[in-house]
Order: sequence, then structure tokens, then C-alpha cells
Amino acid sequence: MLRFIALRVGRALLTIVLVVTFAFVVLRLSGDPALMIMSPDAPPEALAAFRQAWGLDAPIWLQYLKYFGAILQGELGQSMRDGRPAIQLVAERIPATLTLTLPALALKVGLGIPAGIYAALHRNSMTDRVVMTFAVAGFTVPSFVLGLILVLIFAVQLGWLPSGGAESWRSIILPVIAMGLGGAGVLARFTRSAMLEVLGQPYIRTASAKGVPWGAVVRGHALPNAAIPTVTVVGFMVGSLMAGAVVVESVFSWPGVGRLMVVAVANRDLAVVQCVLLLVSATMVTSNLIVDVMYGVLDPRLRGQAPAGGGH
Amino acid sequence: MSLLSLDGVSRVYATRRGMFGRPVAVRAVDHVSLAVEAGQTLGIVGESGCGKSTTGRVALGIERPSEGSVLFEGAAMPAPGTPEWRRMRARLQLVYQDPLGAMDRRLTVATQIAEPLAIHGIGDAADRRDRVAALLRDVGLRADLAERHPHELSGGQRQRAVLARALATDPALLVCDEPVSALDVSIQAQVINMLTDLQEARGIAMLFISHDLKVVRQVSHQVAVMYLGRIVEQGDPEAIFADPLHPYSRALVSAIPVPGPRRIARVVLTGDPPNPADRPSGCAFHPRCPVAVAACALTTPALRPAADGRLVACHLVDGVAGTA
Amino acid sequence: MPAEPLVSIRDLRVAFHGLPALRGIDLDVMPNEAVGLVGESGCGKSVTWLAALGLLPPSAKVTGSVRLAGQEILGAAPSVLDRLRGGRVAMIFQDPASALNPVKRVGVQVAEALRLHRGMTGGTAEAEVLRLFDQVGIPDAKRRVHIYPHEMSGGQNQRVMIAMALAGQPELLVADEPTTALDATIQAQILDLLRRLQQETGMALVLISHDLGVVAEMCRRVCVMYAGRIIEYAPSDTLFADPRHPYTRGLLAALPDMVGPRRRLEAIPGGVPEPWNLPPGCAFAPRCGHATAACDAAMPGFVPVGVDHAAACVNLEAAIVAAMVAA
Repeated sequence: MLRFIALRVGRALLTIVLVVTFAFVVLRLSGDPALMIMSPDAPPEALAAFRQAWGLDAPIWLQYLKYFGAILQGELGQSMRDGRPAIQLVAERIPATLTLTLPALALKVGLGIPAGIYAALHRNSMTDRVVMTFAVAGFTVPSFVLGLILVLIFAVQLGWLPSGGAESWRSIILPVIAMGLGGAGVLARFTRSAMLEVLGQPYIRTASAKGVPWGAVVRGHALPNAAIPTVTVVGFMVGSLMAGAVVVESVFSWPGVGRLMVVAVANRDLAVVQCVLLLVSATMVTSNLIVDVMYGVLDPRLRGQAPAGGGH
Repeated sequence: MSLLSLDGVSRVYATRRGMFGRPVAVRAVDHVSLAVEAGQTLGIVGESGCGKSTTGRVALGIERPSEGSVLFEGAAMPAPGTPEWRRMRARLQLVYQDPLGAMDRRLTVATQIAEPLAIHGIGDAADRRDRVAALLRDVGLRADLAERHPHELSGGQRQRAVLARALATDPALLVCDEPVSALDVSIQAQVINMLTDLQEARGIAMLFISHDLKVVRQVSHQVAVMYLGRIVEQGDPEAIFADPLHPYSRALVSAIPVPGPRRIARVVLTGDPPNPADRPSGCAFHPRCPVAVAACALTTPALRPAADGRLVACHLVDGVAGTA
Repeated sequence: MPAEPLVSIRDLRVAFHGLPALRGIDLDVMPNEAVGLVGESGCGKSVTWLAALGLLPPSAKVTGSVRLAGQEILGAAPSVLDRLRGGRVAMIFQDPASALNPVKRVGVQVAEALRLHRGMTGGTAEAEVLRLFDQVGIPDAKRRVHIYPHEMSGGQNQRVMIAMALAGQPELLVADEPTTALDATIQAQILDLLRRLQQETGMALVLISHDLGVVAEMCRRVCVMYAGRIIEYAPSDTLFADPRHPYTRGLLAALPDMVGPRRRLEAIPGGVPEPWNLPPGCAFAPRCGHATAACDAAMPGFVPVGVDHAAACVNLEAAIVAAMVAA
């Protein structure tokens, strides 16, 4: 078991390293931070001084090594825009993002999974078709389109809810809905097919033949088996707790990590970008690790010993 | 000279015990020697884990034996993937249990029957069409059915199509691995009759692998009974099925439920078939054998001729028990 | 005086989306009797009992009558069916490895049946599970109770299924192809077990199989099915010694023998008709060597041909009448 976990952790760390390296390469090669931050018509000496101050004149591999070394020491650099440590900038914004993504996750799971289960139990009925139509609509409409439509209706036309910013509790309603509905649709569809697959298995018929009432068959026999594939999707959603809000935060002018990232990329503010990426990949990777371990908990077939021989 | 001969063939797989256990060598096939004569059928029977399917794959040349040699038409079987091996595919063909899985969903049956001809460059387009038509007649498949896709045919029709494709290149040997196990009794009979008719007409040899003793008795000229990778009894099917000598053959034959009177008293074995990764010492069958003695746990019995010429691997039949 | 049948099925018909799967089944099962239901795929032998126990999906249209000890159970309320399924009537299925819940320990699955039908929980239930495991011949029961289905062989899984079925102390056990997915020697063990259990508990047994040999060995009475109907029934010795319906004769002639000289198999030409393409009259007529015009006219009724032996074939009737006239 130890080796199992060690392998997974090793792979996780490697993924993070690769993500950060990739981002480093792309950002450095795609534009000059000096020009972005200082402005295109600053005098050449000022640009040169900026580059020197930030170590941008060194060869790229040297910059990478320096950067990597700094990370290992816990030094994530400073924002080129306002000089504050990148970690601080990012950490300030985390609660704001979580204020959106956690309720959105609750919405996805709380709406999507029951809807999917209900649809599976009432397959091909009117309710099933209606739920699935909404689900498909939910995940085909991009979150920013949904967000803009919501703003148009509820903020502009009806004036019930604010169109942006983060002043009151009312501000989170529209962004959470915009983010959550799409995920709820995905989960509903996924849960439905996982349930249908499980309900078609022979052991469900055995349970009924044993005299288990239908409700108990669904709760005690079907759901535990359907949970196994569903956990993957939920795990993915948990993993994107940090990253998933980028678009919605921009639409609703929400001061979260996503907005910070967008601005930092536009400015080629390398330290901040890399810090956000580190955070995002760490979250995703940890969540995947937890899902892997959950598999072992939920599905005894994955736990270890080879089955005995015999029978064909 | 036999058409196909396996001499001391073993096939060993390296696996692990459980997810983190130490590596263990699994002898799926253990020192198996057999021969298939031209135009004759050798049947191999046994239960799951006995190694019969692996033996079939080694005989075809799809897998290389870890020990021993495979000779086909007097020459050593080339290594898989080499050009000589590819050319040899025309002489050896495989038919197995799942006809739907053996065929491509997207192509019509006629196209798939013609495919081996195209691959081996036999005849031109017109010749191939004629050959396909002749093959369809031989297997009793209507020409209009051949224009359909595999999933549009019944199980029996599909198996006929698979056979037609296998016969396209006029092979000398057909390896059949459970070819009728998935078919209903009445369709089974049709396919079995077709196989024996084709054998008579074309002189094809067959290696017929099955767990169904009744079917094997019907089609085989020689039979080998396998247990945990070894042959335990080999010889004339009539003799073996009427009066099995090896205790396992006896249990196996007596286990077959038959309508009507029973020839052999039922021997019910205790316990489960063993795990090939966990071989018992000495004779692999001794833990379940109703007549095992001390010697059986110590030495593995060799396959030796019995009184009527068949081969048996059992200390008690040999008469060597007590002299170990 | 003849005893009351334990189960009495009358004119059971099942259709899936308008296509008939069962076209009128009449069947009685006496207490402590072993009845075999034999036929090829699609004949409806499994559907008969799934329908009787209400285990078919809601889209299936089921009509007719099924009485258990006089009480009508077809279309009964779910609570009634839940009580009798696993309780008075238990059913075991093919391929035990996939018929058991893979994420629950086997002991827990058996204990569930005990809780539902005998109100046993806790220590009492544990003890009873161990006893059941012993009764069905699972060695090392104390350890095996805590393992998962995938950790056991096919034969052992089937024993667990049987233990689960026995937990409710059923009066009838319906075994649907219980040994089809198992090796021959394991099949012999399981059939031996079923026979012993039937004697020990006095329950009735319905054995469904495509394997004529299995049914011949285990059952006192055999019914042969074809395309949704029973076409012949007889005591098992009689059926195999003197089959009358052309289909039964064809099936037996198509079976390779284990004894006697090797002969060419007599295959029945053609195939089983599809549900959307059933012939008018006798469903076997297109494949039958003795078919006459009368066969297509109407569905043949049963013609008695011996003690407790009848076959659904109009030509038999003619033959018997001719024999009577000649006598």
C-alpha cells in the first residue's frame, strides 16, 4: 500500500513540475514583460534597467534554474507590477475564489447527482427527458454566456441582483449559478449513465429476487456501485476549485484568483502567474490522489489479491 | 511425419501475486508433447486453467514456447511477426468461441472472407469472387447473407462465416478453440457436421480444443486430457471416454450429465481447480485425487504408455506407486 | 387424493414491446418435486419464472395467473412480492460471479436475506450464516464470510448464492442455468449439492437449463419449451427414452453421445424463429420433417401420449386416432 501511495505522490509532483516548467517556457517566450508592464514607448534605458532588476537579461536556462531553485526554497518571487511577494497576492485572493467555487461545487453535487439518479430510475419517462434536456443545455452553454444572460435578466432588466463586484451576499448568487449549472448538468448525465449501467447488472436482479424492497436495492446495492465512476468526475470538480472560476470571475468582476491570473498573464507578470499555476496544479493533483485512494475504498476489486482460480 | 508436432513445449508467464507480491512464474503449459496427423483431428479437453487454449496458441505460432519446439510440416515454426511467419498464416488458421468478436463490425461478411485471399495475394479480383462463392456454398451460407454485416446474422451463421474465412487460403491445419460452445444444441450439431464434412472433403487436420467432452468425442481421432498445464491422458477417444484410466479423466468423464443410463459411476471431486500460480508438489492433481498415495505428492508422474497403447501420467496406473 | 400444487401457472403470457416472449404457459409444481424446464435460447424458460416472480422490467406486459399455494401472486403488490421472493420462493442465477454484489462481503449479502425473511440480526445472524456456509459446503467458513465475491472461485460463488437462497427457508428454489458458467467437475459438485439440499429441506426445485443431460439427472419431470410454449412434458426417464414431439426428438438426435457408436449428428435444419416472425400455428412447423397443412392452421393443443406424458403436435393426435381406429 505504501508503494501505491508513494508512486502516486511521485507522479503528482512530477506533474506539478511539468506544469510550472511549461508555463515558464510559454510565458518567457511569448512576450516581453518589460514592455507590458512599463509601456511600449518607455525609453530603452528604463526598459534595460527593468530587465536587469528582474533578472530578465540572463539566458533563459539560467532564469529557469534560478526560478526553480527559488521555488524549492519557498521563494516564489515578487509581482513585477507592484513589487509585493507573489504568494501574498495569491493568498489574499483565495478566500474570494473559494466563496464562489465551494457553493458552486455544492450546487453541482447537490443538484446534479440526485437529478441523475432520478432520471435513471425513471428512464425514458417525461421527467427523464426533461432533466436530461436541461442537463445538456447546462453543459453546452458556456459559463460566461450563461453568466452574461443571467446578468442581463436579473441585474439589468429586473434589478434584483448586482451585476458584479463583491459587496453583499447577493453578489455571489449569479456567479455561483453560472458556474454551478454547467457542472450540475455534467454530473447529472454522468450519474444517470453510471446508474443505468449498474441497474442493468445481474446482481441487482439477485437482490430483487432475494426480496430486497426496491428502495433498498437502489440505496444499498446500486448506489455504492454507481459511486465508483461518479467519484472520478466529482474529484475532477474538486480539483478545479481554484482554477474553475477564471471566466466567471472575469464576467462578474469578482476579485478572486482567476481574475488575478488573467491580469497577470496579460502583463506577463511571471512570478504571479507561476504562483497561481503552482496552486492550481497542486489542488488538481491532490484531488486526483484522493480520488485514487477513494477507489480503493469504494471498490474492493482494486485492493489487491489476485482472484482464486476455477470456473470459466 | 506428423503435420504438426509439439515436443516438450512449456509456456511460462511471469506474474505477480496480488498487487504487490513477489513475482511468480506461472506454467500455463508444462512439457506438453503432441502430434496432429494430416487430415485427422486431435481433441484437447480440460477445464479452466488447464492450459488448452495456450497450447492452441503456441501450436499456431502466435506465442513462442518458453521451452521445447514446435514443428509444422517438418520445419520449425518461425518467430511471430517475421515474414516467414506471416506467409505461414495461410497454412494455419484459428477459429474460436466468439464469432462476433472475430469479425469486423464495419465490413460485410463477403469482404472479410475475401480478405485473406487479398492479403496473401491469391488470384485476381474475379478469381477471389469465385472462390468466395465456392466457400459460401461449402459452409452452407446463402450468398445474400454474405452481403450483410456480422451483427445482422445469427450465431450459427456467423460461425459459418468465420469458418469460410478460415478456409479461404486452403489451410492444412485448423485450430478450433471452443468453436461451438456459444451455440445452441441444434445449431451446434449443424456446425459440427459441417466441420467433419469439410475435413473429409478437404483433408484438413484439426486441433479441437473444448471443455465439452461430448463434442470432442464426436469429432476427434485422438484426444488429450489436460490438467494444470500437463497432459494426463492421451489416446483413442473411444477408449478414454469409455474407460478412463487417469483419476482426473475419470472424474471429468463421470461429471458429464447424460440423459439415459450412466456408463461410469459419478466421481465427485472435492475442492476447486487449483490456481496455476500455486502448483501442488508432485502430481498436480493429488490434493483432489480420490485415490492418491504418498508417492503422488513427491514426484510428478511422467506420461507413459498403458496396456492398450494410450498414454497416462499416473503413478497408480504405472504400477510404480510403492516403489518410489 | 392428489396433493395441491405448490405453484400453479395458468396461461402465462409475456410480451416485450409488442413482441411475444411467452405464448401461454400452463405448469404445476408439486411440493418437494424436481421439475426441469429445458429449451434453447429464446424459448422463454427463464422469462417464465422471472414473470412469475415479478422480476421483469415494467415495460414487459404480463398476463395470466400464477398461484402459490392457492394465493394469486401475479401482479401482487410490491410488499407482498418482496416478502415471498427470497422467502417462500428463492431464485438463483447463472454466472454467480456477476450475480453477487462486487462491493459487499459475501457474509453481509447472505445476512441481508436472513434479516429480511427471518428477522435475524447481530450474533444470531452471524451464527446462521456460518451454519448455511457449512450446509452448502464452503470450507473455512469463518474466514470466507468476510471476503468479497471476486476473491472466490465460480463454484464457491454459486455456493454462496445457494446459501443466500436457503436463508429464507424457501418452499421452492428456482435455479436458472446454475451451472452453465462452471467447469464440468464443479458442475457435478453443485448439482450434487442441490440434490442433497432438496432431500434435506424438502423444498421443491425448478431447474432451468439448455443442457438435457443436467435436467435428466436432476429432475423427476421435464418440460420442453420452444418459442414461448411448452411443447412436451413427461417424467424424465420417459422423455429421454421415448420422445414424441418432433422437436424433442430432433434435440436428442442432435446431441453427441458419450456412449455407443459414433454416428453423424442429425441436425435440425434452420433456426429458432424470431419473435417478430413467428409462424402461424405450430412454431416448429417450418423446421419439422413431418409438417402438414394442419400444422400451420392453428397452434396445436396437448395430445396425451402416455402416463403424465403429453406433446403439442397435431400429427400425434392423428397417429393415435389411426391407432385407435385400427385396434
